[in-house]
Amino acid sequence: MKTTKKIDPSKRAERVSWMLVTPLACVLGFFLLLPILTIVTVSFWNFNEWSFFPDFILDNYVYHLTSAVTWATYLKTLKFMVLTWCFCAVIGFTVAYFLAFHVRSLPVQIALFLVCTIPFWTSNIIRMISWIPFLGRNGIANSSLISLGVIDEPLEWLLYSDFAVVLAFVHLYALFMVVPIFNTMMRIDKSLIEAARDAGASGLQILTNVIIPLAKPGIMIGSIFVVTLVMGDFITVRHMSGGQSASVGRIISNEIALLQYPAAAASSVVLLCTVLLMIGVMMRFVDIRKEL
Amino acid sequence: MEPRSRSFYVLAAFFTLFVVFLYGPVITIGILSFQGPKGGLTFPMNGVSIHWFYDLFEQQAVGDIWGSFRRSFALGLMVMSVTVVLSVMGGMAFRRKFRGSSVLFYLIIASLIVPSILVSLGVGLIFNILDMEVHWATSGFGSQLTWTLPFGLLIMFAVFNRFDKSYEEAARDLGASPWQTVRHVVLPIIAPMLIGVALFGFTLSYDEFARTLLTAGSYNTLPLEIFGMTTNVTSPVLYALGTLTTVFSFFIIGTFLTIVVVMRKRQASGGSDAGSGLV
Repeated sequence: MKTTKKIDPSKRAERVSWMLVTPLACVLGFFLLLPILTIVTVSFWNFNEWSFFPDFILDNYVYHLTSAVTWATYLKTLKFMVLTWCFCAVIGFTVAYFLAFHVRSLPVQIALFLVCTIPFWTSNIIRMISWIPFLGRNGIANSSLISLGVIDEPLEWLLYSDFAVVLAFVHLYALFMVVPIFNTMMRIDKSLIEAARDAGASGLQILTNVIIPLAKPGIMIGSIFVVTLVMGDFITVRHMSGGQSASVGRIISNEIALLQYPAAAASSVVLLCTVLLMIGVMMRFVDIRKEL
Repeated sequence: MEPRSRSFYVLAAFFTLFVVFLYGPVITIGILSFQGPKGGLTFPMNGVSIHWFYDLFEQQAVGDIWGSFRRSFALGLMVMSVTVVLSVMGGMAFRRKFRGSSVLFYLIIASLIVPSILVSLGVGLIFNILDMEVHWATSGFGSQLTWTLPFGLLIMFAVFNRFDKSYEEAARDLGASPWQTVRHVVLPIIAPMLIGVALFGFTLSYDEFARTLLTAGSYNTLPLEIFGMTTNVTSPVLYALGTLTTVFSFFIIGTFLTIVVVMRKRQASGGSDAGSGLV
């Protein structure tokens, strides 16, 4: 800085911070904030078969919110979400607990943790496709159950069903639970557990009175991920249900496919409010800034 | 050391099952992609061949997958570079509180929790209204950044929260300028973590589907191309493609992780204690 005028150092530091975050703020402003504002605006617009144009109507919302299909679909999506969340929470907690408290050497912990996270960096679509040979009518699951004599005829509900949807969700998103829970568990002071044991607590008591309360922030962060990913999903539901099951995301993607953008925008706004409401409730239990 | 309790073995069995659950399906399609030319989508194997991999190179059979692979690869590199640079800058800025910092922080979190299809729809609408053409390198690029940046930034926040400030103070006491401190002290210490951010940036972009759906324009990225195939290709050529991209992902992950290990080793053996400032 060439000026001779003295600048307050804290003001200068603030200016440097602003300069550093400007590109970030621009990207998020143009590709996140502006798109959401656009969706909100367009949700009041009108449309016909081939175009959409500025207007101020509430029809898109009225149609969306009074349709019985919408409510049934929300119920279905919530069902997917609750089931996925339960399975992910139990699996995520158990896996993280094993890694954090039962594996004793740090390199082994890191290696096993990486084994759990690597699938996260591969393609979701491929991971969905890869269930076909397992669940299909003549798939591995059916043929091995038949050869074991458990069933006589192949089960029809394995692939292209709600079961397959939840299975795929758990397969895709369990990692989002494992990682934050493992992260909080690694920061639990081991002497707390020893203290509990010295005071006569049983293994189960240590789990419910020490570890679960201290791991709660991790559980909440994982839950936020799972809830938002399942609520906004349209691709897993479509693919794993063979197009038979609906979800809120699929309503939106269908409206987009029909070029009914204002209708899709109104549905999106309702979905966004629902998700934000859920997250708002969950955020009350955790301070994300403290958990980093 | 105390002996292993019984719960250890139960949990170890559970963990093993979880790993089988994670990797089993992918390994299955890996095996099935070597089906004989007359083989189907499920077992039994009808002979063993590389017929379906060979098919991938026939343009007519599968469409433009090599073009889409090149685009996805280029886009991945673009997203990766921008994610690394902006995450480091953001991470440094957030070390102190500044006016607007909590608004920006919540914007970053919002970027993670806003459903992907909304970003796709919103960006598509903006380009539509402004009468601009969507293209993977402009609208697709920006949309993907809203997914990779929060991950990069959260990693950097965690890194700087554990950063020992006395290293910078020492540098400053020795007369280093702010830029020299960053260049010769801070960056070398956080370098292994930057590789991690780069890994997130590349792989999340390379596999991104929902955010690119309405923003890629007429030239598909690889995930879009693969999804198109799932609806009209019913031969093991799909598995061959899946196997190939998964092997590619594993190769990328392996490369990045190797770089991290090598960096750590060099820091440890070179007498430099860079990196130990992170507790």
